Amino acid sequence: MTSAIGRRQIGTLAGLVALGALLTALTPYFLTLSNLLNVAEQTAINAIIAVGMTFVILSGGIDLSVGSIVALSGVVLASALQHEWPIALAMLACVAVGATCGLVNGSLIARGRLPPFIATLGMMSVARGGALLFTDGRPISGFSAAFRGVATTRPLMIPAPVILMAVVYVVGHFVLTRTTFGRYVYAIGGNEEATRLSGVRVGIQKALVYVLSGATSAIAAVTLTARLNSAQPIAGIMYELDAIAATVIGGTSLMGGSGTLVGTLIGALIMGVLRNGLNLLGISSFLQQVVIGAVIIAAVLVDSIVTARSGSSTRSAAAPLQKPQAERV
Amino acid sequence: MSEHAPALAMHGIRKRFPGVVALAGVDLEVQRGEVHVLLGENGAGKSTLMKILSGAVSKDDGTIEIDGRVVEIGSPRDAQALGVRTIYQELTLVPQLSAAENIFLGREPQRLPGIVDWRRMFADAGRLLTGLGVRIDPARPVHELGIAEQQMVEVAKALADDARILVMDEPTSALTASEINELFGTIDRLTARGTAIVYISHRLEELTRIGDRVTVLRDGRRISTCRVGEVPVSELIRLMADREVGEHFPKRRAAPGEELLRVEGLCRRSLLHDVSFTLRRGEVVGLAGLLGAGRTELARAIVGADPHDAGTIRVRGEVVDVRHPSDMIQRRVGFLPEDRKTQGLVQGLSVGENIALPSLKQLSRAGVVRQAEEERIASELVRDLRIKTTGLAQRAGLLSGGNQQKVMLARWLATRADVLIMDEPTRGIDVAAKVEIYELMNQLTARGAAILMISSELPEIVGMSDRILVMRLGRIVAELDAASATQERVLAAALGYAA
Repeated sequence: MTSAIGRRQIGTLAGLVALGALLTALTPYFLTLSNLLNVAEQTAINAIIAVGMTFVILSGGIDLSVGSIVALSGVVLASALQHEWPIALAMLACVAVGATCGLVNGSLIARGRLPPFIATLGMMSVARGGALLFTDGRPISGFSAAFRGVATTRPLMIPAPVILMAVVYVVGHFVLTRTTFGRYVYAIGGNEEATRLSGVRVGIQKALVYVLSGATSAIAAVTLTARLNSAQPIAGIMYELDAIAATVIGGTSLMGGSGTLVGTLIGALIMGVLRNGLNLLGISSFLQQVVIGAVIIAAVLVDSIVTARSGSSTRSAAAPLQKPQAERV
Repeated sequence: MSEHAPALAMHGIRKRFPGVVALAGVDLEVQRGEVHVLLGENGAGKSTLMKILSGAVSKDDGTIEIDGRVVEIGSPRDAQALGVRTIYQELTLVPQLSAAENIFLGREPQRLPGIVDWRRMFADAGRLLTGLGVRIDPARPVHELGIAEQQMVEVAKALADDARILVMDEPTSALTASEINELFGTIDRLTARGTAIVYISHRLEELTRIGDRVTVLRDGRRISTCRVGEVPVSELIRLMADREVGEHFPKRRAAPGEELLRVEGLCRRSLLHDVSFTLRRGEVVGLAGLLGAGRTELARAIVGADPHDAGTIRVRGEVVDVRHPSDMIQRRVGFLPEDRKTQGLVQGLSVGENIALPSLKQLSRAGVVRQAEEERIASELVRDLRIKTTGLAQRAGLLSGGNQQKVMLARWLATRADVLIMDEPTRGIDVAAKVEIYELMNQLTARGAAILMISSELPEIVGMSDRILVMRLGRIVAELDAASATQERVLAAALGYAA
């Protein structure tokens, strides 16, 4: 019953379309099939990580460890491949590593009652250090053509990472909108105490959310490793901020309880299109950072103004970080 | 400033909240050096009146005079500037800071702008505390002090602020007998210097010990003001309780059947002491008591929202080891919390999703929600309970209070609950919706449900219950039969005044 695409998502979509129109006017290279496929491919990794991040943020939490998990699960995958594990088994190990890191996060948050910020901040450092220790600080490179195909094949011209992204979104959307788990994620983010009083084992559901986030980070690591033909222990730095930005631009409330994966996908695409467009226009990467930061702030600011005017504050990404005061009956 | 003007004179104070008149023209006069006790049951208007005085709530009409001069109190700042200070039940100190820092918070003595004169601050704080007759080291962090000592720090803070009118809201509720003596000693010292004190308490024995005059409020009106000792305590209780029954209670009795819930010897820390009672099919058992008597704590312990230390809970004869709310929900016990907005509804979810929340597992197969089934059940309940909504997809937070309560009820009907624990089921609900909730309670008991109804409204307790339990200080102190119960008897028991 939670609609996949609300007014907020239509607004984000309009932003994406406007951005595309602007870039089309500014450069003839933007609106070409090969460039658009390129944008989609560039977006895939952030977009996949942002699926887990959306679940986390919807539940009222945050996951700062996703970038480090990409690195750790990536080097484990690379090492397994170099030891000639079957590709499927190596990928499974990769996802297992990501999910395990998530389970540790989730247990610390649900059982240890740590704030998500602290638990995942710790994991961010632990997983990064783990990746560096595991490889002695060196990248692991050179894989079989069969494995590289995970990122480089183009069935029907569509890059494989884009197909993977689509699959992750379809599955994620189904889980979020159709399963009891997905409903509990919204309910916990909206009102954890009311959810607990409704008999939901809130701790288990919250832990699962972080397991999922670790798993999607590891899936992104598979794509990244195959594309670069290399796994770097310093991969994925700042990925957590990109994933949070995509989620928030897509209209998910940092307070939890409201948002959609459709919004997150549009948010990730906006970031991808923006990077691509700025590259095409030859704008320096230093200035790009400034522009992207400004866009994140502008997106949430517009949201804040619109929601303040419509008078409903609790379902907005822009709601202040304090819990809004309960309205009087 | 005339010599004989009272320290405080409030005249014709009126205040309306949406749907309810909290104060309908109240007068209150307090003399210098007087302890004026404000009496009234929950909702009589005491706290609204005091909030107006302290600037937390604005009045609709009426005048306030301090020392004979008409004043406007628009904010807590105004009240402070006029020398009005309130000491609330929940203390408002910063636990990590020292007593002295708390006393002078925001008004630290300064050597140069921005540079705190610590020596003077500690010396002044020490003088203030000694003046109150207490020995507290001004350098000690407040969290290391006992509750009574913290209260003294609050009083010192008020005095440092030059308070001439002090409002004390249930100051003794957390104190031991010797601490109460100390507090009363301090109050005597304050009144000797001419401080006017408005004293709110439910402990009638305190009235005669420190009160000079007493004002009884009921339903937002002043019923009587008299000298302490002029009127017997039993008469004061009658004045407090004798409320007009403005509402119609459509109570229908169902024949009580077998026992559904039995609680024996339930204890929780200092909150619940050896609580035992039973609830039978077809019954509405009213649970009365003053705020803080332990009613909500009892409900939360039974349903597993809070842990308990000792005691057994039986549902349909079977002992339940309650560790989590799901343990009771599985046994078809439903809990409607007092605060629907923070504990009941998930406001961002739709009406349908809120109704389905506790029964979602039953409504799903392999973790996938059967949406058609969910919608069918939710829409049946919306129709049966006549929930006014634009549709199942409407966000629950947008409904009116009465309809939100119906959504909560629908939630438990969807789980087929037949034991319902309702905490203040009609709070914040307009009169028409109240009657609808009462009618629904009748229908439920007629169908064999049992209801434990916590309520602070005496007419509701007396009007809707089959049996009445009265709690005081974490214990059940009386059980009254509905036929013989009166509001007066319930209130007397709640106040600890043997009926």
